[in-house]
Amino acid sequence: MSETVIEARNLTKRYDGTAVVKSISFSVARGEIFGLLGPNGAGKTTIILMLLGLSEISDGEARVLGHDPVRNPLAVKRRVGYLPDQVGFYDNLTATNNLRYTARLIGFEAEEREEKIRTSLAHVGLADVADHRVGTYSRGMRQRLGLAEILMKEAEIAILDEPTSGLDPQATVELLEIIRNLKHHDVSVLLSSHLLERVQSVCDRVALFNEGNIVLMGTVPELGRQVLGGGFRVEVEAEGQGLAERLKAVAGVQKVEAVGVNRVRLLAERDVRPEAAAAVVGAGGRLLRLSVEEPSLEAIYTAYFHKVQEGERHAA
Amino acid sequence: MRREGSALHGVGVVLLKELSDHLTSVRMRVLEWLVVLFALAAVYLAIQQIKDVTAEDPFLFLRLFTAEREGIPVTVVFFLTILVPVFAIGLGFDAINSEHNRRTLSRILSQPIYRDALLFGKFLAGLLTLSISLLALWLLLIGLGLLLLGVPPNAEEMARAFIFLLVTIAYAGVWLALALLFSIVFRSAATAALLTFGLWLFLWLLWPSIFSSMLASVIAPPDPRYLAAGLPTPDTIEWQTALARLSPSTLFGEVALALLNPSQRALGPIYLVQLQGAVPGAPLPLTQSLIIAWPQIVALVAGSIIVFVIGYIAFQRQEVRA
Repeated sequence: MSETVIEARNLTKRYDGTAVVKSISFSVARGEIFGLLGPNGAGKTTIILMLLGLSEISDGEARVLGHDPVRNPLAVKRRVGYLPDQVGFYDNLTATNNLRYTARLIGFEAEEREEKIRTSLAHVGLADVADHRVGTYSRGMRQRLGLAEILMKEAEIAILDEPTSGLDPQATVELLEIIRNLKHHDVSVLLSSHLLERVQSVCDRVALFNEGNIVLMGTVPELGRQVLGGGFRVEVEAEGQGLAERLKAVAGVQKVEAVGVNRVRLLAERDVRPEAAAAVVGAGGRLLRLSVEEPSLEAIYTAYFHKVQEGERHAA
Repeated sequence: MRREGSALHGVGVVLLKELSDHLTSVRMRVLEWLVVLFALAAVYLAIQQIKDVTAEDPFLFLRLFTAEREGIPVTVVFFLTILVPVFAIGLGFDAINSEHNRRTLSRILSQPIYRDALLFGKFLAGLLTLSISLLALWLLLIGLGLLLLGVPPNAEEMARAFIFLLVTIAYAGVWLALALLFSIVFRSAATAALLTFGLWLFLWLLWPSIFSSMLASVIAPPDPRYLAAGLPTPDTIEWQTALARLSPSTLFGEVALALLNPSQRALGPIYLVQLQGAVPGAPLPLTQSLIIAWPQIVALVAGSIIVFVIGYIAFQRQEVRA
């Protein structure tokens, strides 16, 4: 996590005087998967378009791979791949021909072009249907074709807008796998989504949006600590005497709840499984089961807005 | 603030893709058949007429374009006045909005090209497609004329016919630019098509014949002295002509008149004084005919550029998101 590839400083977008993106700052490091999360209409797509130089920046500035997308959009677009929300292709052309058109626009030479198209289509598992018209493709296949385009471009940054929306679970899993793979090619990924659960599984860091503001930013466990004061739930199933007291004394445990016969749930600020196991064994108990549930983005999000509303009520 | 990199990078790629789309589309098949059928019909009607009245006309071959059968005011020029706008609008009405609706626009614009390249490429591809069709139509007409008349055209006739072809392409450019503009402004292709066709009908049918004279008589009311003498007022006539020339169809008709009728001495009102010393019916040389039609030709080219620029500005300011 050294080099910064995307940097936004006080980025603002106003439409007719109304700000839809309000002075946002964030940065993405090389090889990082960064998630922009928030409800529809929170300004995620607007930020992406500003980073690509496809929408004017009202205030603040952005740097993508060291270039200003307003002044030098071609240099940015040459090295950044973009998968728009519900990506479209020319239905009357085959997948290969669609990619060939893009490759020509990028300016690849004829020899390298064909090779790149072939390998990128193979990479996303579309080699068999490369010569079918895109009109016959399913939604998931189109998304994968969009990723193939980014791979073909050998982009250093992939910007994915709602990559999993509208996909069935199987297609989603496949797509997320390809996105994870991008990271291994040292590609930084900026992805936006309103599906918190899905994104949590691939993102290194996330920024939660609401009404044009970043309300929370960091890794998921960090956010969990910040908002939920922890958020790890460790379930312990064990037989023995006075275990609850013992477990309560473990460092990092905030609360112990009994949830059944010989079963307790610990609320902790980190993963306290090793300490909990040691505590049970140390008390002479028999440890039957131990599991941990990491804080979920959804819980963080809900808790955060709950807090905000409470705060507003108090202020009033 | 200056942008870096060339605005024209990628124009060629877009042009080739759009051209291949046009040439393989069903729309093009229809247009091709229209070209063939129109050429046959027009030549058939013209030849009937020419054979009937064949006189010692030094420009017999040009009569192919302008001859009309008694009672049927249908000439090749008239065909083109209608056919060309229909062609051009048919090719252009969904140029940009279809990219929006297929959700390909943001993906294409995220490639290292400027929006300029997409718009220029699309306009040029449309114009090239139209040029190919019109050239084919023109060659068909000349070929059929040669076969059926059996009289070869002389050099001046060929030159006049060729310049007429170029003007027809410019005329097509105006409507193509207009269709492109509407395809940028209106997100729905059907709306864009309907409005462009509506505007064309208005400019072709209603404006030159009805609205221009209505407006002219408001701006320059007829002088009672002329009315008493049963004559039109020169001021009113001049206003009416000027207003009618706002319609590309009027301009095209006038250019065709000047180029294809070498004896045409002026476009618009002419005073008796100006005719003094003229030999009635004597043909003008090509350069003189060109000078007469030059303002109209310039206006057609300028018109397409202006409409294109309006579309260009609208496209640059448009939001990419669907």
